[in-house]
Amino acid sequence: MIELAGLTKRFGSKTAVDDLSFQVRPGVVTGFLGPNGAGKSTTMRMMLDLDNPTSGSVRIDGRHYRDLDEPLKYIGALLDAKSMHGGRSAYNNLLCLAQSNRIPERRVAEVLDTVGLTAVAKKKSKGFSLGMGQRLGIASALLGDPEILMFDEPVNGLDPEGIHWIRNLMKALAAEGRTIFVSSHLMSEMALTADHLIVIGQGRLLADTSMADFIRQNSRSFVRLRSPQWEHLLDVLARNGITVTQTADGALEVDNGRIERLGELAAQHQIVLHELSGQQASLEEAFMQMTAGSVEYHAHSDTGHGPPPAPAANWGESYRAKAQGPAGNVTAERSASDGEGV
Amino acid sequence: MASVPAVLKSEWTKIRTVSSTSWTLVSALVVTVAVSAALCALMKSQFDDLKPAERLTFDPTFISFSGMVLGQLAMVVFGVLVVGTEYSSGMIRTSLAAVPQRATFLFSKLLVATALALVVGMATSFLSFFLGQALLGPHRTTIGEPNVLRAVFGAGLYMALIALFSMGVATMLRSSMLSLGILMPFFFLISQILSAVPGAKKVARYFPDQAGSKIMQVVPNAMNSEPPPYGPWAGLGIMALWVIVALVGGYLVLKKRDA
Repeated sequence: MIELAGLTKRFGSKTAVDDLSFQVRPGVVTGFLGPNGAGKSTTMRMMLDLDNPTSGSVRIDGRHYRDLDEPLKYIGALLDAKSMHGGRSAYNNLLCLAQSNRIPERRVAEVLDTVGLTAVAKKKSKGFSLGMGQRLGIASALLGDPEILMFDEPVNGLDPEGIHWIRNLMKALAAEGRTIFVSSHLMSEMALTADHLIVIGQGRLLADTSMADFIRQNSRSFVRLRSPQWEHLLDVLARNGITVTQTADGALEVDNGRIERLGELAAQHQIVLHELSGQQASLEEAFMQMTAGSVEYHAHSDTGHGPPPAPAANWGESYRAKAQGPAGNVTAERSASDGEGV
Repeated sequence: MASVPAVLKSEWTKIRTVSSTSWTLVSALVVTVAVSAALCALMKSQFDDLKPAERLTFDPTFISFSGMVLGQLAMVVFGVLVVGTEYSSGMIRTSLAAVPQRATFLFSKLLVATALALVVGMATSFLSFFLGQALLGPHRTTIGEPNVLRAVFGAGLYMALIALFSMGVATMLRSSMLSLGILMPFFFLISQILSAVPGAKKVARYFPDQAGSKIMQVVPNAMNSEPPPYGPWAGLGIMALWVIVALVGGYLVLKKRDA
């Protein structure tokens, strides 16, 4: 169990982490989600006592990190792929870590085998690809067979096979009763791995909820209609008291609409439909809506003058316009993976 | 608390598994011994050309360490890299996550690296001395003469202290490039030049290398130079003070700053 209480970090006048309090519970994968620059890595570094908090505290099973005996046996962490000496072999990089925490040397070979780096164990780690570096970092996290594991953006730089591997690894580790805390800026990734979700934006806690609740609350369902006679259709729907939103690409959306009723209405008035489909808003979209006000680095493609567009209104719109086709992928995949059983 | 023997073992593994350790330490030894030997051989053939005052104050012990001006630079590189690569590689975060007690981590690392530098320093000074004396021919001295053993032993200490000072500076600056960019010109140029400029000489003799190198002299006013206002051990003490300041500074930076 990791407990954060009022954790705050300021760099000069900039507040990177703002009064953050939450708990990371054992036996589940807790996703730590936020846009780039939200303060995820800073928070994780403070959890490991690498950065000093401006105020607040982190307790690991009730103790401060620096009071842990041989911390690698409590917490294993992958912070970033580049955290090993490139001139040293993978084996020796792990060996010196193992020795400092009195972990038997045979564990080095074991974890190298777990992450699939046995063949390159004697190679200098500077020749490693990003994915191999990531695997080496994961090996170092597993070294002390810790109860708590922290991964900062573990899928960065991994190929699809590697991503699949790390998802299964995290689920397997959680199933053994370990505490898994994993950060990401991708909601879709979290939806596949996390049981619990902590969302931050600009250093502030935005949500602390179970993944199931988050999905229930944030997956807006709507019916999408396309018609060459869309003006007529709008008219008919309005007369029947149905609220419609028109999207940028000309489709009409009816929130929580009943697909049968809409189809029957169109038939009654002999309106040609090119599309009539039930949709679920993606979790990615819900996440972007939630953090829209706190995204630190907006990309602006407009070269004109004037203030940037209000993000809350535009984020989802532009995303939906670009996404084309059903946007409910995430939810679908999620239920599929749930079916496999954790 | 982290087990200190375990951390020492870990730091020893770190130091022996990177190639920079061997090339810097071998360079320190080879350069010092070779340049000293060359200068001793030269001095033997040129001895009669020296001024009478220089001949009277000839210090055969000191001349056999003359290559250390160059050899110490390799020691500086060794010291800087031992600490600096933790930062340049990003290893520091992994290391501190494994050993969160900053003092245990830093001083274990420095202890292991300094012990190694001391062994290499001693080997260098004794080799340099005996080879130099053999090449000096009739002008040589022996290890049994007064103060000679102190000078040879002191030369080994000097090399270890130079390495330790460099480690302290690198811990403060948290960068190999920055540390080397400051220490190399300082030891190779600034200190050497200022100690030859009449006005600056009085200040320069309190620089770590100038003060510390007095331990290698048997004749205080060797080669008719102006003797310093302190003795050989006091000189080494001045150098040790510099080292302590660098280490305290390095420790405070490591303790206070975010890794």
